[in-house]
Amino acid sequence: MQREGLAAGLKAGLTIAIGYFPVALTFGLLAKTTGLSLTETVAMSMFVFAGAAQYISLSLIAAKVDPVLIVLNTFIVNIRHFLMTASLNEKMQPDARWKKAVYAFGITDETFSVISTTGEGRVRTSYAAGVIILSYASWVIFSGVGHIIGANLPLFLQAAMSIALYAMFVALLVPSLKGNRKIVLLALTAAAMNGFFFWTGLLSTGWAIMVSTLASAVIVEVLYARRGKVLRRAVERKEGA
Amino acid sequence: MGSWYWWMLLGMAVVTYLPRAIPLTFLEGKELPPAVSGVLRNIPFAVLGALIFPAILYAQPDDLLFGVIGFASAALIAWMGGGVMGTVLGTIAILAVYSLLAG
Repeated sequence: MQREGLAAGLKAGLTIAIGYFPVALTFGLLAKTTGLSLTETVAMSMFVFAGAAQYISLSLIAAKVDPVLIVLNTFIVNIRHFLMTASLNEKMQPDARWKKAVYAFGITDETFSVISTTGEGRVRTSYAAGVIILSYASWVIFSGVGHIIGANLPLFLQAAMSIALYAMFVALLVPSLKGNRKIVLLALTAAAMNGFFFWTGLLSTGWAIMVSTLASAVIVEVLYARRGKVLRRAVERKEGA
Repeated sequence: MGSWYWWMLLGMAVVTYLPRAIPLTFLEGKELPPAVSGVLRNIPFAVLGALIFPAILYAQPDDLLFGVIGFASAALIAWMGGGVMGTVLGTIAILAVYSLLAG
């Protein structure tokens, strides 16, 4: 059977595009109030394409922080993508390196989550391309629109739309939770650790997400490997008897 | 902004791209030890947990109830099989009503 391709990817990407809409609009508006021109604003969305890092850079620019430190901070915030793309590599169909180098540019928290929770088996490059194209278009275009017209939506709608990306994460996670205790454990462990880092203020957001994700993935894997070993031993004993 | 802005942008673009591209290109065709690939396969579900919580509670930083209602609505709609788009739009609709009433 032919696995899902470009059309299915575009359809999945539409959800992200909707979620990016209010975030990009607000980014454009904030960039304008920070003193960035339209070109500078759109260029950042075009070349960086990383929501959290872009927002933080605006507040650092406004605070007249050394640009070198802004770049360093961007790296720290985005280092978690290292973990995501290493994981994604296990999920993607093998393909030419240059193609992977191209779509690697479009891996964000959101595109990663959508692509890597897509059904069983390997994901086609064309599917990933579809998800990324719409997400990227939405991000870049609405950054520009936000700069030009401001966040010109009714306030109550703007507020309501701020939930979009989180609702999407929930919708990606919940169906996988059904009847799969390993996935429940993975999500709960990471969420609990991230909550701990957040409320104690021990780690900044970027690090907190990365550390809790990695720790949860390792701990649960070790737990299940040990359980697997115990089960195997029990089976061997039975066969021996 | 001056020319420093464009140099900063170049730096930001490079340090954002590298963590995305290095694993995808360098690991292509490589067979990882089972333990490592097991951990990597766990990442999507762990990262979703961390991306959702606790940030969803602070979607509107000064209104905790907004986040709680949003979290509960999204979880319920998704659990009942609303799909990704249905969950996103449904949650937005519920919070739009809440924001109208509360605001």
